[in-house]
Amino acid sequence: MLEPELVIEAGRTERQYWRDLWRYRELFYFLAWRDILVRYKQAAIGIAWAVLRPLMMMAVFTLVSRRLKLPEGGVPYPVLICAAILPWQFFASAVAEAGNSLVENANLLTKVYFPRVIVPGSAVIVSLVDFLISTVLLAGVMAWFHVWPTWRIVAMPLFLTLAFAAAAGLGLWFAALNAKYRDFRYALPFLIQLGLYASPVLYLSSLTPEKWRLLYAINPMVGVIDGFRWSVGAVDFHWPTFLVSCASAALLLFSGVQNFRRMERGLADLL
Amino acid sequence: MSGSAIQVEGLSKRYWLDQRPRERYVALRDVLAGAAKGFVRRLSGRGGSATRDEFWALRDLSFEIPRGEAVAVVGRNGAGKSTLLKILSRIVEPTAGRARIRGRVASLLEVGTGFHPELTGRENIFLNGAILGMRRAEIRRKFDDIVAFAEVERFLDTPVKRYSSGMYVRLAFAVAAFLEPEILVVDEVLAVGDATFQKKCLGKMGEVTAAEGRTVLFVSHNMSAVTQLCRKAIWLKGGKLQAVGDAATIVRDYLAHDAEQVAERTWDWPSDGPRKAPGDDRVRLLAGRVFQDAELSGVIDINRPMEIEVEFQVLRPVRDLIAGCTFTNSLGTCLFNRCDWKPNQLGPGRYRKRLRIPAQVFAEDRVSVLIQLVFYDPDVGSVLQPDILHFETVDSDAESPVRGHFKGVWPGVLRLGLPWADAERIPDPAVP
Repeated sequence: MLEPELVIEAGRTERQYWRDLWRYRELFYFLAWRDILVRYKQAAIGIAWAVLRPLMMMAVFTLVSRRLKLPEGGVPYPVLICAAILPWQFFASAVAEAGNSLVENANLLTKVYFPRVIVPGSAVIVSLVDFLISTVLLAGVMAWFHVWPTWRIVAMPLFLTLAFAAAAGLGLWFAALNAKYRDFRYALPFLIQLGLYASPVLYLSSLTPEKWRLLYAINPMVGVIDGFRWSVGAVDFHWPTFLVSCASAALLLFSGVQNFRRMERGLADLL
Repeated sequence: MSGSAIQVEGLSKRYWLDQRPRERYVALRDVLAGAAKGFVRRLSGRGGSATRDEFWALRDLSFEIPRGEAVAVVGRNGAGKSTLLKILSRIVEPTAGRARIRGRVASLLEVGTGFHPELTGRENIFLNGAILGMRRAEIRRKFDDIVAFAEVERFLDTPVKRYSSGMYVRLAFAVAAFLEPEILVVDEVLAVGDATFQKKCLGKMGEVTAAEGRTVLFVSHNMSAVTQLCRKAIWLKGGKLQAVGDAATIVRDYLAHDAEQVAERTWDWPSDGPRKAPGDDRVRLLAGRVFQDAELSGVIDINRPMEIEVEFQVLRPVRDLIAGCTFTNSLGTCLFNRCDWKPNQLGPGRYRKRLRIPAQVFAEDRVSVLIQLVFYDPDVGSVLQPDILHFETVDSDAESPVRGHFKGVWPGVLRLGLPWADAERIPDPAVP
């Protein structure tokens, strides 16, 4: 059986691209599997790391907020914080790892062909696995404070999908920028740090003035974190915010893919 | 099974050489600053354009490779061989022209690409297979064959960082060899590995083309491997096609006309151009030089000592850095290799190492030098640059040449001035 003819020509990769992506779909799994395996082989405390990081962050934030006497909403503060930290951690680590993934795998990318989007894509998946492990923490904290899940909890995967789209979109942007401008990686941690304060992790999004609320929701993590908090019964659902965040995440993902595809053609020459 | 496997028409690849030298990469701050300056310039009405030099790595290349044929690509360094392979394996995009490819392409541009030192042999087979485009079910089916070919059964669950370099290369080649692509693109993989395994690889590649009707595109500086393995050859010179034809003829012409003396080769670091120093984040090769009597020399008198100088930049503290040189004659026969096994512990900075070769080692020939900068534990090859220096070796009127007073052709690929002991008188049983 003959495989169809492949034509290599300037600016012609588009046609085969999505077909190749499907053909290489297992590589997503293998690259993510490699990174997870290596990470947990090297770390002495192994898998506990995924839980320990948000746990420490939660402890610090809870202490700070107790001092500041921030409003609690319907549930104890640790639950409120935990429901925000988990998606935030996922988002932040996915964006950071996807952003650095191309440069880190330069050796691979200059030697073998496969759809390049797999590299940042699998970096996001690695963070997702970490997130899934760390949900144990949320379950634990909720049980400890006797907050029992209602039917709302089933909506959580929806908000996770939103976070995934936003993280993948921004991660692709950063990966492309990072490959092109190597000093960008110095700006990356700073931007993520800034994002922490621009997202309602330490506080409730309802604290923002009503007239600014929709503008604020352009940060897709506003919709994600509000959604997670709503799922554990902490806040009320705010449709306009959620829809703005969804639109913004979709735009981010779409433009991220477009920009990445443009950059990708010359990638091997850049690295 | 007829028709062509690869059809290349007017293929060209252009690189831009930025005029700013010593620029390691494009920095965002420079781009922003440049944009601001350009804006101001435009406002003030003064037009200024940055000049850039273009460099054609490949220029208007056309050829056709029939299905089931093993074809070698020969040419000097910088002739465009690697660029051609990178375009055919879709790593870089051509600037103009097109290539039509029928069948799955697997490229072995470097063995062990994607191997992770922390993972075991078993895990790396799956990972590497997936990177090369194999499906999980396919890898599982061929797993036993791969392991048997690589001869690593006992070490399957050992992290590959504990493998010897021979085992590492064997495993890497085995994965690629069992990929069963319609077109196999091979670049200099045989520069590593022991002789037995090299023979096995050549055998496997020959088998692949002959029995299974697969097409092999083979780049090597080893001319005897080229003639052994390939019936046809493509000769590239300066990015252009010099000749296509019967491998033996092409190799002979190439050696006769395209050979060169290179007593010194240098690279730029930091740099991003085509003269970017080869290496990785540990070490970069800056220069290689051939010296005789403390002078750069492309012609070496075999009756006097000579030196090979290697200059390199260490980028972060390293231990177990091994510098080495492999010497190859014009037929592609490896004459010898000499590595420095001392535990070189070096901090960041520039270094120079010299290898002293005593008088009376080489025969009259044209010798190519491969320079390597590698590490052991784990085995990592940072630099492996074949064929970067060339020198002619000539005999001279020395005190006591190996050839004595004989002026004709002297046999042997080396001409070692080994000591003969004086004749000793021993008892003769025939004389009472």
